[in-house]
Amino acid sequence: MSEIEFLNWVRGPAFEIATVIFIAGVIIRILEIFLLGRKTNLAEPKGSEMSSGLHTIVSRSVPDKHTLKRSTFKIVSGYIFHLGLLITIFFFAPHILLFKEVIGISWPSLPTPIVDAFAVVSIITLIAVLIHRLRDNVLKFLSSTEDYLVWLLTILPLITGYMAFHRIGMTAPTLLAIHILSVQLLLVAFPFTKLMHAFTLLIARWYNGAISGFRGVQS
Amino acid sequence: MTNNKNLKDRTLGDAMQSQGISRRSFLKFCAATASMMALPPSMIPAIAEALEKARKPSVIWLSFQECTGCTESLTRSHTATIENLIFDSISLDYHHTLQAASGEAAEEAREEAMKENWGEYLLVVDGSIPTKDMGYSTIAGISNLDMFLQTAAGAAAIISVGTCAAFGGIPHAHPNPTGAYSVYDIIKMYGNADLDGISSASLSNNKGGSVTDTPIITVPGCPPIPVVITGVLTHYLTFGTIPELDHLGRPKAFYGQSIHDRCYRRPFYDKGLFAETFDDEGAKKGWCLYKLGCKGPTTYNACATTKWNNGTSFPIESGHPCLGCSEPHFWDGGGFYKALSVPTFDIPTTAVYAAAGAAAAGVALGTLNKSKKNSAVKEHTKTTIDDLEKE
Repeated sequence: MSEIEFLNWVRGPAFEIATVIFIAGVIIRILEIFLLGRKTNLAEPKGSEMSSGLHTIVSRSVPDKHTLKRSTFKIVSGYIFHLGLLITIFFFAPHILLFKEVIGISWPSLPTPIVDAFAVVSIITLIAVLIHRLRDNVLKFLSSTEDYLVWLLTILPLITGYMAFHRIGMTAPTLLAIHILSVQLLLVAFPFTKLMHAFTLLIARWYNGAISGFRGVQS
Repeated sequence: MTNNKNLKDRTLGDAMQSQGISRRSFLKFCAATASMMALPPSMIPAIAEALEKARKPSVIWLSFQECTGCTESLTRSHTATIENLIFDSISLDYHHTLQAASGEAAEEAREEAMKENWGEYLLVVDGSIPTKDMGYSTIAGISNLDMFLQTAAGAAAIISVGTCAAFGGIPHAHPNPTGAYSVYDIIKMYGNADLDGISSASLSNNKGGSVTDTPIITVPGCPPIPVVITGVLTHYLTFGTIPELDHLGRPKAFYGQSIHDRCYRRPFYDKGLFAETFDDEGAKKGWCLYKLGCKGPTTYNACATTKWNNGTSFPIESGHPCLGCSEPHFWDGGGFYKALSVPTFDIPTTAVYAAAGAAAAGVALGTLNKSKKNSAVKEHTKTTIDDLEKE
């Protein structure tokens, strides 16, 4: 297979396969969570589930002072690489073109050097996060193969994207094809790994708040 | 088209003198060629000397499944140039389009040139070679495949001119109805095979090597840039060898960098300034054409530096994205106006079907899970003190 054939394959059939697995996987998993249901609570509600839930989505997204002090590195690095990922994925002009093609909407892009800088920061932070995980005995003990796999699948598109943009090491079609393929690997693994937190995070935060809201206590 | 001995014995220097080309313009050509071929300036006198003394090499040009665009590109310069002179100074012993002879007379010319220069002639091919049915493309009753293999057997080197000969090109595009392949693929597939009476033994050249060892220089492009082929010929005339090639057999001097790397619009790509349509403000300001489907980032060619029509411009300079014509499978890249970051398949439709299917499957699985949970609850029995006290 020549490099352009490889590129055509990842832009065509491979893209289709990854999309089907990603969309079907995410929808099935979310439906399973919702359809499992909860027992009807017969007690009289002491407050609003919805407002408390929404409040928790915001409040739990901001770290409290004590936690921040105790786990500064974890929280700061977590925010940095997530922000970097967000900007790199959603504000690079060629990526926006892809979203426009697939979901039909587009938005303004950021200047490329800014996106590039965020990508570099994310890569460095993700490496630091891995080193921290390996050096912290408790974290290391709690880490499974899946955790390392998810780390790899997250950093690969960033590294291959950086290499494709700066055209490092290989010919341009190969670099671009490898970058697209690395994203497809991420998409395929998404529904079956902890990466699902991107979808379940808000649901879980809302539910935690909603329980407290029903009971009339602060969440 | 000449087999005249006197003409053949003339050197390039003689030809230049008779055409009134000054030494100054000849040296300028040598300097430009050295620079394009990434050779050091110290090589200029060597090139000049070698070219002046060079005798007309025999060139056989075979055209197979092609559109004649390559020949048009290489022969139709606006003014007489030294590049033309290089062409005039080779002994083009056979070229379907340019030769006056036809039928058996033409084939005789080819056979004579092959006999006279066995192992030394250059074989230039444009067009891809069909393999599905030998009748798809024939010349004087000889199938393209047979003619190619017979002629390739005695060639010192093969130059695949144009994307069809280099990579299969448009005839090779999906679904490839004629089973068309490139020169390189044909040599790989049939170089050692017996075919219609042509045994592999007869496919060995006078150097004792098999046709599979014959160097192949690919000069892709639809059409390729004229100066690239003259550059390759100059290199061959000067050094007697072929220039340094990349992994696809392309001369590195011309295909070493991508269009994107040498594009004058590159700063706009780096800044994220793109033309959205062909007539918006961005297009008028000459911004990057990436969003309009430009394949410059994945295409290796010299358009951005040597340009076309005597250095006038190249497609991107005229406001049109690069089609990627010098790359393999450029016709199957999902459309010329689709950006490189965009999938070539209809992903939105696939996504809708996937979502609908998944919703149905999710509901089914959810119901199954619920019934499992209910039956588990039903089957649940309470543990009594007696159970715990049991041995």
